[in-house]
Amino acid sequence: MEHYISLFVRAVFVENMALAFFLGMCTFIAISKKVETAIGLGIAVIVVQAITVPANNLIYTYLLKGGALSWAGLPDVDLSFLGLLSYIGVIAAIVQILEMLLDKYVPSLYNALGVFLPLITVNCAIMGGTLFMVERDYNIGESVVYGFGSGASWALAIMLLAGIREKLKYSDVPEGLQGLGITFITIGLMSLGFMSFSGVQL
Amino acid sequence: MSQPTVKQVLFEPVFNNNPIGLQILGICSALAVTSNLKTALVMSIALTLVTGFSSMFISMIRSQIPSSIRMIVQMVIIASLVIVVDQILKAYAFALSKQLSVFVGLIITNCIVMGRAEAFAMQNPPVLSFFDGIGNGLGYSAMLIMLGIVRELFGAGKLMGYTIIPVVNDGGWYQPNGLLLLPPSAFFLIGLFIWGLRSWKKEQVEKPAFRMAPQVSSKEAY
Repeated sequence: MEHYISLFVRAVFVENMALAFFLGMCTFIAISKKVETAIGLGIAVIVVQAITVPANNLIYTYLLKGGALSWAGLPDVDLSFLGLLSYIGVIAAIVQILEMLLDKYVPSLYNALGVFLPLITVNCAIMGGTLFMVERDYNIGESVVYGFGSGASWALAIMLLAGIREKLKYSDVPEGLQGLGITFITIGLMSLGFMSFSGVQL
Repeated sequence: MSQPTVKQVLFEPVFNNNPIGLQILGICSALAVTSNLKTALVMSIALTLVTGFSSMFISMIRSQIPSSIRMIVQMVIIASLVIVVDQILKAYAFALSKQLSVFVGLIITNCIVMGRAEAFAMQNPPVLSFFDGIGNGLGYSAMLIMLGIVRELFGAGKLMGYTIIPVVNDGGWYQPNGLLLLPPSAFFLIGLFIWGLRSWKKEQVEKPAFRMAPQVSSKEAY
């Protein structure tokens, strides 16, 4: 249990997806002008990440890894080069299924998430989470925790940034630095702040 | 709308319509791989080639793709190209591919590739799309290489692993700025680059969402 808690805390703070690995930056900057939309997107990312990382873990362990197909009588087959293609397929499919399910059973949530769901397919944080899971060889339990934690880390970061940007609107920024420029510098400062967690040993 | 020329699509994105500076595309990898010039160069080459070829292939079959599943078709083409790049890197430059870790795979979700496929290649003939992809890749590369040079030169006093400025620890005179090797510095540098670019090309400045009212005298205010 302790192992899982420390993995979770590490995924949220020390290895923050947005502020330590800079994943999902495009949406991170584009959709962080308002706090409400940032919260919507953040929740969507947590949900999708918590489903896709374990799903891809299962696919990797039972279909792609070297020797994984031994249950089908093919012990020498190593399909790991097909990894990238299958992960992105799984992510796109899960996002699509989730969209349909939500539309049918939880329309209120569907309306709240709205346009953000399809956007998540091309969010590098989701793909990055899966690739890190493969690189670090997590088992199924760890990948559930890691998926949830890394999604939460991204959601936390985008909410914080949206809060800052809402206030920043009223400040007098030099021309040329307005908009994108100052946003980058803000993220830089936030990222410096989050670096203080990197010394934490768990 | 008239057809843009090859020269236009090739060089427009480098300064006038830079994918990172103006379109906010493909920033993820721009930050993580630029702490030294070598990885930045490899990443630029990989991305430029993938963007060029994926735009070309998508443009070739653009009239056959049903619009409802075009995303998945584009994804499959891009992912296959990235797998090729990944395998080549693993075969010929294993150490480098370990250093780039997941970021080669993340070219798939790099918005530049997808964005160009969707915005340009779906409407234009293959050759033109190829050059558009290469052009946008070059715009991205220009930013990445500049970042790589600044970060490696001032952060470690080296370029491509060769010493340019002798640092204090090796008996030289230059006290390296360690901050530049840390990830957050990339944000500051991109912010400053954008500032520079926009001071040079005034038309790229964003309209502020909110402007201070001019000073009014106290009598009018009350």
